[in-house]
Amino acid sequence: MGSVPPVLIFFVGALIVAVTKGHVRRGVLLAIPVVGALNLLGLEIGETIEIEMLGYTLVPFKVDRLAMMFGYLFHLAAFLGNLFALHLEKEEGAGVQHTSAMLYAGSAIGAVYTGDLISLFVFWELLALTSVFLIWARKTERSFRVGFRYLVIHVLSGVLLLSGALMLAHETGSIAFGPIELGGSMAGWVILLAFGIKAAFPLVHNWITEAYPEGTPTGTVFLSAFTTKVAVFALVRTFAGADVLIYVGVTMTCFPIFYAVIENDLRRVLSYSMINQIGFMVTGVGLGTALALNGAVAHAFADVIFKGLLFMTMGSVLKMTGRINGSDLGGLYKTMPITATLCVIGAMAISAFPLFSAFITKSMVMTAALEEGHLWVWPFLLFASAGVLEHAGIKIPFFAFFGHDSGIRAKEPPKNMLAAMMIGAVLCVVIGSFPSLLYSLLPFEAEYHPYDVTHVVTQLQLLLFGALAVVWLMKRGLYPPEIPSLNIDAEWTYRWLAPRLIRSVGGAVARADSAVRSKVLGVVWGAVRGAQRGAGPQGILARTWPTGSMIMWVTILLAAYLLVFYF
Amino acid sequence: MNEQTDQAEHGAPDEGQHVWDNPRNVKLLFNVFYALCAIVAVVGLIIPSGEGHAVHPWERILGFYPLYGFVGIVVLVAIAKQMRRVLMRPEDYYDG
Repeated sequence: MGSVPPVLIFFVGALIVAVTKGHVRRGVLLAIPVVGALNLLGLEIGETIEIEMLGYTLVPFKVDRLAMMFGYLFHLAAFLGNLFALHLEKEEGAGVQHTSAMLYAGSAIGAVYTGDLISLFVFWELLALTSVFLIWARKTERSFRVGFRYLVIHVLSGVLLLSGALMLAHETGSIAFGPIELGGSMAGWVILLAFGIKAAFPLVHNWITEAYPEGTPTGTVFLSAFTTKVAVFALVRTFAGADVLIYVGVTMTCFPIFYAVIENDLRRVLSYSMINQIGFMVTGVGLGTALALNGAVAHAFADVIFKGLLFMTMGSVLKMTGRINGSDLGGLYKTMPITATLCVIGAMAISAFPLFSAFITKSMVMTAALEEGHLWVWPFLLFASAGVLEHAGIKIPFFAFFGHDSGIRAKEPPKNMLAAMMIGAVLCVVIGSFPSLLYSLLPFEAEYHPYDVTHVVTQLQLLLFGALAVVWLMKRGLYPPEIPSLNIDAEWTYRWLAPRLIRSVGGAVARADSAVRSKVLGVVWGAVRGAQRGAGPQGILARTWPTGSMIMWVTILLAAYLLVFYF
Repeated sequence: MNEQTDQAEHGAPDEGQHVWDNPRNVKLLFNVFYALCAIVAVVGLIIPSGEGHAVHPWERILGFYPLYGFVGIVVLVAIAKQMRRVLMRPEDYYDG
């Protein structure tokens, strides 16, 4: 049909973006995702490109329904992200940010169209290398350090993926990017860990909560769209139905919501919220039925848009006020009413109010859990759903735009930012109100109807009474205030404990080393001093003796000889 | 980062003019909210539970969803507050 692998369009686009400026560059930024999307229309399911290399078949390009769905999603995210970032000026690192965002989007698109693990590895590493500039472009000491840690963690994930792929090739002779058995094989677990790092599994999740709050106001919108969703895509491809993912996913839905309640940086609240949302997707992958997998990918689709919208509203707040801590903000609705309204729409979408997007996606995973008889899973997911309402549905808009008036009177953000947020908000409502639009893209065959009276009413009951609890806690003064602070998490082990362990172990080794050295030196110096006593300039062997004493000694010796001879 | 906190342009003159500065509007909002809570609670009593979907046994408990939503949030916030005692550090904790 004359279509090319979509990644090429983005990489060529990045090249053009790098060498152009002004209106031309802005035109290219908007045109590339549109041209890319038109190119997608010409792709046919089953199209592949295969390359024989070193006895293995590399499949750098393969089209299936799952890839197509993520392909459309990433083109949409790239368009919204580019539109949101369109105003960037030279001083904000526009060239670097635009180019790296384009390469980053291209890498994500490239990853979902790969058919083997080595090709995936290439895009997997590119995702990290291209996106880190969206953090470094903040140009602060802190962003540099955070970006560096981000890079190390993601390169590690890539190295694990490559190792796992090679082990798999050794065990099975195949490097196909398809279902992998976890069983007794080490390779499967190594690959799962590689995917798990990018999907922010518990204990390896802190790269999100560190990096996303440090990205530029526009850069974090891109960051939130691609990396973790590529990981979810990879999990669906390889580990659908792996029981362990149910436990991992349920944990991910629940623990971050506690952190989100007490976090002050509102973009970090959204980062914890993101882990919570990915938890629903990972649970869906673990359940592994057609409905659950559809739920996982549908929720990924909805999440990119509503989480993108929320990150855009918080990016707007950061850009226009220079602040992002809940303790510094409040009352912004007075001068930013459009941004505030769009934030509330994003908040309702993520909270899964009827007619908003998450209502038609998250419930698929929850229903699948019940259908599969995992009765214990459902109460946790329901609790996590209520938790989402608390931190993303109420806390984010309340502390930024309403609540205590901070006295800040910032203007609305530039028109391009507002336009991107408006499109995102409209999509949240359209997807939620006309589910068949999204369902028609879903890769697996499963019947699901989100809108029935019971589902609508029970969901409203859960959300409204959850909100009532927040109102009650606030009115009673029981709700925790926003405090300028940070909360330690798993990153404490490598940011606090490990450096101190290394320092104290290193100190002990240094002390032992210096003790041994000084002992040995003492022995050596003792020997040197002894030798010096005998043979040194003052030593007995180096003295000059007068001739008289020599004659005296010869005389004494001769006399002694004579005495011995005669007697 | 643009720091655009231009007090002069939007500041003092419009104090007290905004919709939520008026306590009557806030009160109205809360009353509408309480009314909505009451309506969904009552409607929940008269509709059948879990038509057409797989059902969790707990869903058959009268008033399950409102109770779970309310208690869930209270427990969540209560635990999170206690977590602060253990986890909270100064902002420059890692910089030192």
